[in-house]
Amino acid sequence: MGFLTKRSFSGGIHPPSSKNATKNSAIITCPLPSTVVIPVSQHIGAPSKPIVEVGAAVKTGDLLTEPGGFISVPVHASISGTVKAIEPRPHPLGNDVLSIVIESDEKDEWNSSIGPQKDYLQLDKQEKIRRIRDAGIAGMGGATFPTHVKLSPPGDKPIDTFLLNGAECEPYLTSDHRLMLEQPKKIILGMQIIVSILGAQNAGIGVENNKPDAIKVLRKTIADLGLPYKVYSLPVKYPQGAEKQLIVAVTKRAVPAGGLPMDVGCVVQNVGTAMAVYEAVAEKKPLVERVVTVTGKGVKNPQNVLARIGTPYSALLEFCGGLEDNVGKIIMGGPMMGLAQASLEIPVIKGTSGLLILDEKFSKKPQEITCISCARCVDVCPMKLVPTILAKKVKYNIFDSLEKDNVLDCIECGSCAYVCPSQINLVHYIKYGKHQVMKARKKAG
Amino acid sequence: MEKKLFVSSSPHITDRESVAKIMFTVIAALVPAGIGGVYFFGPKALWVILVSVLASVATEAVIQILMKKPVTVGDGSAILTGILLAFTISVQVPLWIPAVGAFFAIAVGKQVFGGLGFNPMNPALLGRAFLLASWPDYMIRFDLARPRGGHLAGIPINIDGITEATPLNVFRQLRDIYSNTTEFTGVQPDVHQQIDTLTSSYTSIKNLFIGDVGGCIGETSALLLLAGAAFLMYKRYIGWKIPFGYIGTVALLSWIFGGKTDLFSGNILFFVFSGGLILGAFYMATDMVTSPVTFRGRILFGIGCGVITVLIRQVGGYPEGVCYSILLMNLTVPLLDRWNRPKVFGKVKK
Repeated sequence: MGFLTKRSFSGGIHPPSSKNATKNSAIITCPLPSTVVIPVSQHIGAPSKPIVEVGAAVKTGDLLTEPGGFISVPVHASISGTVKAIEPRPHPLGNDVLSIVIESDEKDEWNSSIGPQKDYLQLDKQEKIRRIRDAGIAGMGGATFPTHVKLSPPGDKPIDTFLLNGAECEPYLTSDHRLMLEQPKKIILGMQIIVSILGAQNAGIGVENNKPDAIKVLRKTIADLGLPYKVYSLPVKYPQGAEKQLIVAVTKRAVPAGGLPMDVGCVVQNVGTAMAVYEAVAEKKPLVERVVTVTGKGVKNPQNVLARIGTPYSALLEFCGGLEDNVGKIIMGGPMMGLAQASLEIPVIKGTSGLLILDEKFSKKPQEITCISCARCVDVCPMKLVPTILAKKVKYNIFDSLEKDNVLDCIECGSCAYVCPSQINLVHYIKYGKHQVMKARKKAG
Repeated sequence: MEKKLFVSSSPHITDRESVAKIMFTVIAALVPAGIGGVYFFGPKALWVILVSVLASVATEAVIQILMKKPVTVGDGSAILTGILLAFTISVQVPLWIPAVGAFFAIAVGKQVFGGLGFNPMNPALLGRAFLLASWPDYMIRFDLARPRGGHLAGIPINIDGITEATPLNVFRQLRDIYSNTTEFTGVQPDVHQQIDTLTSSYTSIKNLFIGDVGGCIGETSALLLLAGAAFLMYKRYIGWKIPFGYIGTVALLSWIFGGKTDLFSGNILFFVFSGGLILGAFYMATDMVTSPVTFRGRILFGIGCGVITVLIRQVGGYPEGVCYSILLMNLTVPLLDRWNRPKVFGKVKK
């Protein structure tokens, strides 16, 4: 690790943080919704398969589905009540996905097997991983990759470094920040479990230095627990929290193009995931709730809310004082990588780190004009791509050379489109280009 | 749901930059040099600038109307082209010259290719090259181009037979005389000293720097151009790679080849501040549309401009080579970008 050079990565941007509205408001629990909608697919990988039937009575934490494959996790009832329907419902990704609808009995009775487990740290590795999978944990930073898969690297990829991602570089979002302040012990103990599974010699937490309070609390917690983990204070720059950028900033190791963190001996998990891991292994508690930052000019009372998975946006927003009249756009996640939502009936899922409500003024995209080759996108691309050339090729339907141009290395961070003076939505074009490349690959076999 | 929501691809925020903002900021950065031009060359300079700008804007608007395209003169790019073209011509031209030049710049240099963003070469420089090729008599007349001072080209020298009054012109003529003195004995015994005065004396360099010398309207004042360029660099609308690559190359090669006859004896300051180099390096070579987007491409582009400029200045048929060097390098941009793609993050050498 270099001590003379700054811990950072090349490229990147400095958007306004816009976190002030919620960074000092403590996490509050959203009242139980009358109905929850739980999609069978809230993770990357095969959708899970329902094992309950319409009319069944369920308790909070009961298993609703079984994994649909190795890269898959189950989902659980997030409230107690009756299964009302199993049918396709609007999903945050934009399509309709098979979902299990539960009507609340307002008792919130929990599955009786949930509770503190003795000597959880002494469990063998496979049992810990099984508990993590059975709890339905998928990366809570937003990418929702099944956590047990990340914690089961193949034998030829030894892991020596585990990094916990507390960068939270997306503007507006403060859910990870609040979690680090309010649940540092659970996070660090979760980290301890992950480190014990991976057998990593080095472990650290990367936090952007605009959260000095979190850095202080984490350092103190680690010291109190007598653990050897480091807390890295990272310069504020977007996308500092992107996996490859975090790894290079902390360890100076560059994940090979097209490769995974494990290729350089690293595994990265989000702080929220670490807490979920702790609860899964030490309490056998499945992932049925998460912290969501509800913020933006379009909502009356921005705050950090602990919400049950499956809570419809409408219920969540009502709890936050409701919407202002001039709402223009509702985004799941942050403004850089979040997904615009089409309906208020869409539910909170495992990857919902925030719900950002923009007013009309900020919602409309200006008309795209021609590229003037200003090279700003090239200068900010953290993956060192040439976004303008990629986008031009896609625009003119030239897909055959895109793969050679490393289009698949794009992490869709949005830095290029953020700085484009011609308002070209480069990410939009590049995503489409990636899609075409993958389609061609599939066709070729 | 009664209310419709906007749905679009991420990101959902931008830094609120726009092409128009960039263009008008560059225009603002050129205002000091424009005022300097009017100060040094008299009120007619203002007319040349105005005619050039109006002709540019009118040409763009008329073509876009005729082609049934949206009229985009509001983005400021045609205004900028007009200003840059006016900056590269002599104050002595008749006023139809900038009008014709601006028409050519916009019509043939830009709109033929599809308008802003598609032109392969800098429209203003293409307009100037067209004027220089078509009406050289007007374009190379600088004899009255500096009504204020007392000396030729603002330089305290006085040699018979030198007619064209820009510092680079004087230099080329003096050096021709100097290198011929061995054949023609007794010719201009003090030429040696005059060249030194021109290229190295404090007065000469000072006049060059502030712009009190003969030349085109907006090119003479290094001071005012650099002030604007510093502002643009601070705003990050121009980078360091092209101008520094360009000027650095000119400085190095001029030091090597710009002496009287010996190598490594050229005066760097004289060649850097003479002619259109500062204007060209900071405002023309950096034109976003016609310069590379890649990191290494931009440096090589600057170096290439520098090499061609010095080649033309020292051995070519013209005393100044900034215009042609940039136009020629403009044509290499697609190749420079293709050959100098950045290495993708995490790419290991094979």
